[in-house]
Amino acid sequence: MKHLMTGNEAVARGVFEAGVTYASAYPGTPSTEILENVGPYKEHITAEWAANEKVALETAIGASIAGARSFAAMKHVGVNVAADPLFTYAYTGVNGGLVLVSADDPGAHSSQNEQDNRYYAKFAKIACIEPSDSQESKDFIIDAYEISEEFNLPILFRMTTRTCHSKSLVEFGERTEVGTKPYKKDTSKFVAAPSNARLMHPKVEARTEALKKFSNETHLNRFEWNDKKIGIITSGVSYVYSKEVFGDTVSYLKLGFTYPLPMEKIRKFADEVETLYVIEELEPFIEEQMKAVGIDCIGKEVIPRIGELNPDIIAKAILGEERQTVSISEDKKVERPPALCAGCPHRGLFFELAKRKDIMVTGDIGCYTLGVAEPLNTIDTVICMGGSISMGHGAYKAFERNNVDKKVVSVIGDSTFFHTGINSLITVAYNKSNTVNIILDNRTTGMTGHQENPGTGYSLQGDMTEAIDIPQLVKSIGIKEVITVNPLDLDAVDKALKVAFAYDGPSVIITRWPCALKRFTDLDKKEFDLAKKTYRVDPEECRGCKVCIKTGCPALEFDPKSKKAIINEDMCVGCSICAQSCPFDAIAKVGE
Amino acid sequence: MSNVKNVLLSGVGGQGIILASKVLSAGLIEAGYDVKMSEVHGMAQRGGSVTTQVRFGEKVYSPIIGLGQADILVAFEKMEGGKWLDHLNPEGIMIINDYKIPSAPILTGSIPYPEGIIEEIKSKIEHVSVVDGPSLAKEAGNNKTMNIAIIGSLVKALGLDEVVDWEMIIGKVIKERFVDVNIKAFKLGMAQVK
Repeated sequence: MKHLMTGNEAVARGVFEAGVTYASAYPGTPSTEILENVGPYKEHITAEWAANEKVALETAIGASIAGARSFAAMKHVGVNVAADPLFTYAYTGVNGGLVLVSADDPGAHSSQNEQDNRYYAKFAKIACIEPSDSQESKDFIIDAYEISEEFNLPILFRMTTRTCHSKSLVEFGERTEVGTKPYKKDTSKFVAAPSNARLMHPKVEARTEALKKFSNETHLNRFEWNDKKIGIITSGVSYVYSKEVFGDTVSYLKLGFTYPLPMEKIRKFADEVETLYVIEELEPFIEEQMKAVGIDCIGKEVIPRIGELNPDIIAKAILGEERQTVSISEDKKVERPPALCAGCPHRGLFFELAKRKDIMVTGDIGCYTLGVAEPLNTIDTVICMGGSISMGHGAYKAFERNNVDKKVVSVIGDSTFFHTGINSLITVAYNKSNTVNIILDNRTTGMTGHQENPGTGYSLQGDMTEAIDIPQLVKSIGIKEVITVNPLDLDAVDKALKVAFAYDGPSVIITRWPCALKRFTDLDKKEFDLAKKTYRVDPEECRGCKVCIKTGCPALEFDPKSKKAIINEDMCVGCSICAQSCPFDAIAKVGE
Repeated sequence: MSNVKNVLLSGVGGQGIILASKVLSAGLIEAGYDVKMSEVHGMAQRGGSVTTQVRFGEKVYSPIIGLGQADILVAFEKMEGGKWLDHLNPEGIMIINDYKIPSAPILTGSIPYPEGIIEEIKSKIEHVSVVDGPSLAKEAGNNKTMNIAIIGSLVKALGLDEVVDWEMIIGKVIKERFVDVNIKAFKLGMAQVK
């Protein structure tokens, strides 16, 4: 029986079938569901959320050195965080096989850039494997472990949003219990001190030569011979797009093993076909290497290097074909930007923060990035995970040195704080900053769909564990002014901001309330009053001043005809922020 | 790939489109088709646009549907239907739920919800079925069954109503205590399309 599954689900199945016993990840779209789907194989695999991607890869490296087949998954920018251990584990080589999934995001659907992580394979001198659909996502994982152990290196398993999130049919296999490789202390292999590293490097170069030979032989790189007027070299999701456009009318060299490239196979293919195209998403990774060895082809001069590809783009670029379409007129389209949910605990903080003028607010990555949007409009910068607190520190120091009078506020979520924000806050305390640092603790990793984190008290596989006490942690770093506040209480938020703004030295405010969409845990139910309530606007009292609309709650609507605010009671969860904001007491709890 | 059918579902996060597409794809697999699906994840819960693309046939390559290529465009929300009209083959079928969900600029009162969407679509596309999803769901007995009612209309429009036992499929995909009300909604949806 075949199963309709996403590439992420299929990778998880492949991890299970390959006999992996340790897996770790940090959540990040489009990679998150991989570890969520490894989790249920609890009987066979230890699966964990790590504090960040570097930690995830390092724990997998430790498990690999211990002899286990081990696995790590992350989004493309996560590999930047994990690059340090990656580059050196590429030198030492493995004991048990190690596969690292990099989930790239062409089109930047939910990312801060469009980097093409195939270059990491070339840069770190490791092998790169790219699946085209869910079946390959499962099957190639098993190949990846064989290659990792045969050639003594970690494998970069490169997926993209479409291979991660599109669904296709997958035929399952059985799990192979490979057991563990014996662990022997071997300092010449696993201590990458300079004297050893210098000896490792020539072995790495020799390994790349062996991999080049393998690349020409492996079934992962295959010819599909049809008419030879047009030949297409392609990999990943671009292969299925190409098949969609050309079917069996052209010949293909379908690459599943894309670093090192099978240059002999490519040369043979180039010799046989009349016109040669390279169709790849984002960068000309394959094309550049072909051109470097003198194989001519048509690539990025017709195929865009920006954004996702799709069959239409390919058909237009190569065949000049465009389909007939009809569109609705522009005046019937209104944007639908994502917004903080009804009842979101971040709203209260941003609503109060938005009242402060002439401040700089450095932001971070999570749902609270939406604090940048109208009408809250509070955040000035977002660069990377954990960057808000350190950027705020640098900005403060620059303002101070150059006599600019501006208060700096940094906002960061709980999971992002544990990711790398904690290091930034140590720097803030150590270097005597004067910034206001706000940790928006919504008791979960919200943006990626509610993963546990070191603050929640639960692990990925559902066990109870120690929950970090943020106030205690922050105090031990050396922050003296620490305030914990309920963000649904606007007066308390306002008071906390006043105290922190007036304080001479670095301060931390922790806004603590669970995400409105979270499935509440026993710990949440014990700590918070989470009974669903609904609020209603009294039309007699409403003066149409629109102050409540400035909270940006999607359950609130301003009716231009009656000039009154209306609450959508199906959506309202009773956070009461709008009621507190109303200058005329026109909003009250239903039933009171 | 002329033997491949393309269905595009569009709407707003929270409308149950992902669950609806699960019912559809489970039925298509049961019927023996090769199926590929593509969903937009990530920001779906935060009130943004959601689309699910379903392609089925003997052999499907691409998981996504290009411009002018959808055989059926299903709009769970009117304005979202308009936005995706350029993906519909002009000879294809549009199923549109007569239902509005205002987006942020409309909620704040700065822009009104656009009028005349269905009329304009009808003037451009010959085969348009307007479904009154809220009434069907209410008639079925649960406001949250609107998604399954619309899938009923879609299944009928695709001519797949006899191909598999959809009641059994709904029973497999949907939580037990909601099965009966959803089967009722599904049948009401089917009856909307001739």
